[in-house]
Amino acid sequence: MGLLDARVSNRNVLVTSVDNVMNWARLSSLWPMGFGLACCAIEMMATNASNYDLERFGIFPRSSPRQSDLMIVAGTVTMKMAERVITLYEQMPEPRYVLSMGSCSNCGGPYWQHGYHVLKGVDRVIPVDVYVPGCPPRPEALIGGLMKVQELIRMEGLGISREEALKKLAEKSVDPQQVIDQTRKAATA
Amino acid sequence: MEEAANQMSPAVQQSKTAYDNIKERFGDAISEFDANPTMPFFEVLDASRWVDIALYMRENSLLQFNYMACLSGVDYPDEGKVGIVCNLETIGKYTHKIAVKVKCSRDGGSIPSVSCVWHTANWHEREAYDMYGMVFEGHPDLRRILCPEDWTGFPLRKDYQVQETYHGIKVPY
Repeated sequence: MGLLDARVSNRNVLVTSVDNVMNWARLSSLWPMGFGLACCAIEMMATNASNYDLERFGIFPRSSPRQSDLMIVAGTVTMKMAERVITLYEQMPEPRYVLSMGSCSNCGGPYWQHGYHVLKGVDRVIPVDVYVPGCPPRPEALIGGLMKVQELIRMEGLGISREEALKKLAEKSVDPQQVIDQTRKAATA
Repeated sequence: MEEAANQMSPAVQQSKTAYDNIKERFGDAISEFDANPTMPFFEVLDASRWVDIALYMRENSLLQFNYMACLSGVDYPDEGKVGIVCNLETIGKYTHKIAVKVKCSRDGGSIPSVSCVWHTANWHEREAYDMYGMVFEGHPDLRRILCPEDWTGFPLRKDYQVQETYHGIKVPY
């Protein structure tokens, strides 16, 4: 539950922990770095545009890694680009997050066998927090991934490492099949 | 022979006319005409005359091949050769087109560069070099164009094996 979902009453006073306030502020203004590498970038741009309107999550692309919290690796990472991706990642201030978007940056995608020039997964060069599958993923899937990043931030706190937060997030995992069945049932009802 | 000529489509006949002109001038330096219905072609047998042939094809008033549509590389491992295929067309007075093949040895072979004849060839030859490894003699700037400059091997050769690591990053899946 988000911070603002709690009912605010009694002279607009709200009591919460510092962790909560910090996390709420960070997850409500995730600024991704504005760069795309292939066709996934088109879907990312579509997600940014008015139909899907990422700005309602406080997400809008920044033109400099120094102002970004999040790197969306949208597309095929070539061996040539891999070194640039590392440089860009290193230029981002901490705490930083990486979302790997689409099959290519997850694992090489269609280039896994004969694509001599393609890096087989961006996690070979930088640590990835969230993977979004798809070729390319639809905007809904990307938004799902971004919400996963927000959830990860919510798990963090003072004295809690990223690994612990990821572990806590994994414990909360939901079986997707149940969600699919539920949605299907609701759609046909 | 005449029957074969009758079976040719008008487009191939045009190419044949152009070919006859070149054959008359260069004789044994070029091969027989191949009336491939998709893209008729001939091969340059004496690669050292390739620039002369190219210049003649561009400058002759009856040929005027003033447009290089494409230059591709090919690997012939059985012959121990690599080569190029140039798709040449003409814009303006005529409508004929023809493909020219030039081959060289697979190991350390070289083909004269025609980037001075058609500037289009400059980047195309760099790509052919990048992918197949043939050297273009007289090219003004023969560097790899797509792969990193310190890449090992030529990726489109049939026997290409990808390198294990690049700058410490694992390459194969």
